[in-house]
Amino acid sequence: MTSYIIRRVLQMIPVLLGSTLLIFAMVFGIGDPIAGRCGERTCPAGYIAKFTAEYHLDDPLIVQYGYYLGKLLQGNLGETFSGLSVGGELLLRWPTTIKLALIALVFEAIVGILAGILAGINRGKFLDNLVTLSTLVVISIPIFVIGGLSQLLFGLRLEWFPVTATQGTLKQLLLPGLVLGALSLAYIARLMRGTLVENLRADYVRTAKAKGMSNVRRVSVHTLRNSLIPVITFIGYDIGGLMGGAVVTERIFNINGIGGFLFRGVTLKDGNMVVGTVTCLVLVYLLVNLLVDLLYGALDPRISHD
Amino acid sequence: MTEQETHQGPREEEARSELVGETAEAGEVSGKAQSLWSDAWGELRRSPLFWISSVLILILVVMAIFPSLFTGADPYYAELKNARQPPSEEHVFGTTALGYDVYARTIYGARASIMVGVLASLGTVIVGSIVGLISGFYGGWLDAVLSRVGEIFFAIPLLLAGILALYVLPGDKDTSLFVQVLKIVGVLVLFGWPSVARLMRSSVFQVKPNDYVNAARALGATPVRMILRHILPNAVAPVIVVSTINLGVYISVEATLSFLGIGLKPPAVSWGIDISNASSIGLVRTAPNMLIFPSIFLSVTVLAFIMLGDAVSQALDPKLR
Repeated sequence: MTSYIIRRVLQMIPVLLGSTLLIFAMVFGIGDPIAGRCGERTCPAGYIAKFTAEYHLDDPLIVQYGYYLGKLLQGNLGETFSGLSVGGELLLRWPTTIKLALIALVFEAIVGILAGILAGINRGKFLDNLVTLSTLVVISIPIFVIGGLSQLLFGLRLEWFPVTATQGTLKQLLLPGLVLGALSLAYIARLMRGTLVENLRADYVRTAKAKGMSNVRRVSVHTLRNSLIPVITFIGYDIGGLMGGAVVTERIFNINGIGGFLFRGVTLKDGNMVVGTVTCLVLVYLLVNLLVDLLYGALDPRISHD
Repeated sequence: MTEQETHQGPREEEARSELVGETAEAGEVSGKAQSLWSDAWGELRRSPLFWISSVLILILVVMAIFPSLFTGADPYYAELKNARQPPSEEHVFGTTALGYDVYARTIYGARASIMVGVLASLGTVIVGSIVGLISGFYGGWLDAVLSRVGEIFFAIPLLLAGILALYVLPGDKDTSLFVQVLKIVGVLVLFGWPSVARLMRSSVFQVKPNDYVNAARALGATPVRMILRHILPNAVAPVIVVSTINLGVYISVEATLSFLGIGLKPPAVSWGIDISNASSIGLVRTAPNMLIFPSIFLSVTVLAFIMLGDAVSQALDPKLR
């Protein structure tokens, strides 16, 4: 197991290096790194000189990348126009985004798994068709459409939820959380249904039935535990994805989290805000995926650790 | 006994005539073994999902190419005195906060979405398939290098990559719609090809050990001929399915990027831009028609492509029937 962890962590290093290089190349290689740093105006000469010195723009690209990586390792994501550290601003906003992601995660896990189980054990019947069809519809509706329409319906018309979530309290974050989790809920329900149906056909389940085991025990103890493994992995990977997906949800409900910060960076054309936040989100996404891979290795004995 | 025999008789004959009919059909197709595709087509013809989604897609494509067939109104013409009207006879979907006709803008918005979806899907299929075929066919260090490179592009979520790349490559008001679309397509292809390449690679691995490939090799076929004539036709099915579904996904990503104000930019007409304009709180309250109609068109478009992908995958995979 230890060697598995070490190998998996080592495999991660080229991906981390590669993706930071990719981000770096996009910002400093393809585009003009100074373009868009000063909003709508062109940058004053003084700013250009300071920026060139700060990011070592006179050096070859690969040396620049070295400096960039060094800064990144120290947690330095640059400063916003107003002189605030991007890293510090992100730290302030983590709690809100994590709360939002957790609401989405709990919602999608509970409802998705239940819907998947119901569909799987009633395969081919009405309930199964209902779940399959409704998840298909949810998958097709982009998240900002779901967000806008639910804001209109539940916030303004029915007044069940607050319309915006500016303070980020739990009550305010409930509706945005449900919106954020809707897409993954559909995927989880479909995945749960698929693996359950497949496992219910397995020989050991037939043996259990032949021995006279009750339906409840057959499904819950013998089939469900195996079928949950891929679902749990998916939910794990989704934590990273939800952080990125929160950009849209936070913009719709005016939430002051990481995604809202990124959106503000885009509208203000604040280069460091955009680049720093995206870099941070990609790194979090990769690290969460690594943790999930390690967890998967521990959960599923069929994964070889050699 | 006699009763059973009489019952069996016609049934057998029926089965036989079906068989004959099938071989006759196969014979017509120049005697080549096209059974997978003709079989899939036979299955598709009977699928309502396929017909519904095809008709929807056909309408949308016509709408994208000839929007003037559907509306006489000008999507760029606004009259402030007509602002925020609910649906009426003159403006079927009502008007926007600036007095644009929502129906005309919704019809004209199809063009950008369909263009992005089709081009991005084509691009990822071409790049992904080439990489996947090379990886799967040659294996060894070439495969290792290509897989690692793919992993890096795959590691960055599509939406975040889109935000970053389009932020770095800003356009201005004079950038034509086509150039704006090409930029988005470029980003989607750059970060979307690894999923197609992985799929193609694993499917090539399944096809490669088959006898007919070995036979071709033994007869002295060049690698290019083996790949194009023997491996590609038998490995391409899963790629087609996934690319159809991806087409819907790319349309959704484009709309999301435009919604965030970083994809297509006004004066371009696009569902993402219109929905973004419609989703300020004040307008959601006073002019919900601005939000609802483009949203429905966008969702139905994405749904149509995902349904088509589902139908094709069921037709191509006998296990799913």
